[in-house]
Amino acid sequence: MPDAVPRPTVAALRARIAHLEGAETHARAVLPFGVDMLDRRMPQGGLARGCLHEVAGGGGGAVDGAAAACFAAGIAARLPGPVLWCVTQADLFAPGLEQAGLSPDRVIYVEAGDDTAVLACMEEGLRHGGLGAVVADVAKLSMTASRRLHLAAKVSGTTGIALRRWRRQADASDFGQPTAAMTRWRVSVLPSAPLPVPGVGRRRWLIELIRARAGESFDLELEGCDGTGHLGLPADVADRSAASSGRQHALG
Amino acid sequence: MARVISVCLPMWPIDRLRRLADSTPSAEAPLILVGRVGNRRVVTAACEAAMGLGLRIGMPVSKAQALVPDLRVEAADPRADLEALERLGLWLLQRIAPIVEVDPPDGVVIDVTGADHLHGGEEALLEMLLGRLTLSGITARLAIADTWGAAHALARHHRESAACIALPGATAAVLAPLPLTALRLPQATVAGLQDLGFATIGDLMDTPRAPLTLRFGAELCRRLDQALGEMAEPIDPLRPASLVEVRRSFAEPIAAAETIARYIGKLVVDLCTALEARGEGARRLDLLCWRVDNRIETVRVGLAVAQRDPKRLTRLLCDKIPGIDPGFGIEIITLTATLAEPLVPRQASSLLEQAPPDISDLVDMLANRVGHRSVYRLSPVASDVPERSVARIAALSPDQGLGWPGHWPRPSRLLPRPEPIDTLALLPDHPPNWISWRGIRHRVRRADRPERIFGEWWKRDAEARAVRDYFRIEDEAGQRFWIFRAGDGEDAATGSHRWFIHGMFG
Repeated sequence: MPDAVPRPTVAALRARIAHLEGAETHARAVLPFGVDMLDRRMPQGGLARGCLHEVAGGGGGAVDGAAAACFAAGIAARLPGPVLWCVTQADLFAPGLEQAGLSPDRVIYVEAGDDTAVLACMEEGLRHGGLGAVVADVAKLSMTASRRLHLAAKVSGTTGIALRRWRRQADASDFGQPTAAMTRWRVSVLPSAPLPVPGVGRRRWLIELIRARAGESFDLELEGCDGTGHLGLPADVADRSAASSGRQHALG
Repeated sequence: MARVISVCLPMWPIDRLRRLADSTPSAEAPLILVGRVGNRRVVTAACEAAMGLGLRIGMPVSKAQALVPDLRVEAADPRADLEALERLGLWLLQRIAPIVEVDPPDGVVIDVTGADHLHGGEEALLEMLLGRLTLSGITARLAIADTWGAAHALARHHRESAACIALPGATAAVLAPLPLTALRLPQATVAGLQDLGFATIGDLMDTPRAPLTLRFGAELCRRLDQALGEMAEPIDPLRPASLVEVRRSFAEPIAAAETIARYIGKLVVDLCTALEARGEGARRLDLLCWRVDNRIETVRVGLAVAQRDPKRLTRLLCDKIPGIDPGFGIEIITLTATLAEPLVPRQASSLLEQAPPDISDLVDMLANRVGHRSVYRLSPVASDVPERSVARIAALSPDQGLGWPGHWPRPSRLLPRPEPIDTLALLPDHPPNWISWRGIRHRVRRADRPERIFGEWWKRDAEARAVRDYFRIEDEAGQRFWIFRAGDGEDAATGSHRWFIHGMFG
């Protein structure tokens, strides 16, 4: 969050913490979402590149992971370079991903047998450095594995997205376990905006940032990715934005 | 435990001749091949048509010509048959597994230990191999078993299907009912055993060995033990002189992973020098480690594009070291470029444009780890049927620049096959009021007008009138599903009017 008044002590402390964490000295590049309300609340004004991020679906989406996949596809679409997508079961539908902005020419799929193999492939992809993003469908992500992935991402500057997806709804509680990921998101579907005619409007998601290093968690209602991978601000929320930003200032 | 495929080519001389010249005018006439046995000219091979007319192998030629008036008679050429068999062996070596040996006169044996997963399992491997051979016009029978002897016997004496799999450890059970001729014994021995009343291999297994050896010699028990896997029968790998091969033998057997890695590094450098002299790059590499106990450990790596970079090749091979079991030590290591292609030099970089990142090494590494079929890109296919609209292409194929028509929303996850759901809906063109899927009932709040997809009559006759009506529906919680009704809702001939769920939107 950009501070209204510069606070040198806090800035120095942050630099010291970053040094202790072993982060590289230069400022890490970020990928803004292009939605002001979202970017303003992220610690660095967007999604940090060259890091591991986690995305899970909320509710029934924890099992099918459809909305989470679109969210991840949208992020990957806005990063330059080829994308590696590691899966255990091949149920992604490429035309649907294209509608979230990710063209088929950019994605290389790797079908690995189990979670361990998927994580190993993801690490190779992150280490390589020639890719724009690496996405992997995984159920279990241990602290050790996530730290390895995060370090690999940091060295090469490739962004990694672990798409958490479980076989059963009950396993989704695993999402509470700590990992080394930079941010942790949950994307749940919401009823679409009502249209004046019968039909389904543009998809809407409840996007929750559950955990962010050096940042605060929040949730937002947004419109799903469009054909370029950008999220949208729903019209009724956009009208409210003046009021909510006022509240932000009052809090800050 | 080893796994061995035996390929039996019962019609090999005929198939070879037909493949040479299939456009001759009299190609349909029954064909026999003629060779000499002593002073007589006899039939050595006959095509199916000739067999159907009553001709048999070993029959005098004059008799065959008397039986069938317009018979095509060609001279048999055993040497050319053997040479062609070696060429087939080389082809199998390049495509299937690193250890292949020709098994004259009518077979090839392949050691596929640890190589089957790259082809999608043993069943898929046999099916692929049989398909490729049949398409090339070669009659083949295949069997996979724990030993050469068992696979050899099954391929030649298993009657039910052209490809058969003996599960690991089941060798004795599958061998027992087979006749004695399956054991690769001299004719005289088989005849002698039959005179004594032995009919199947199972009879032999139940008989004490000593009297048998006394009467028929050591050969009988040796063949039996080889088939049962109690005695090793090494397969000597086929290595044609045209392949680039480097080898290194050790005075003291090596076993440590670091030592193996060091020697792999040295061999790769030698190999790259040899390839450079020929202007080629490797597409497939075979590393063979000859253990002191006479077994061969193999590593095979494939590359998406031809490469001659020692660092990259070393990395790929060293990635596989954990899979090498050195046993009591490795005596010899050979490294072969099984498939090599001319390497076209490319300009490394230019000042004007930024080259796209080279990810071929990553693709190679992943492909060697999870199998070449499991690393792919998806490409559009001009088809309205959702499951046919996507095709897998090679991961490094050039950009297609194509997409799917985007005016209809498509889900991000597609079920492997549509699952039936319970619904309540007004026909013909209303969406359901509710759906029940996997035991959970969803009330439909919003839905799109149906998108009609017609069957593709050019693919299957049954689809000539088939219709699917796809709806995008949204339940109260906001979950969006892709469902369809088979049929147009009015005419029963267009479909069963049952409802299915096919995908989930994000």
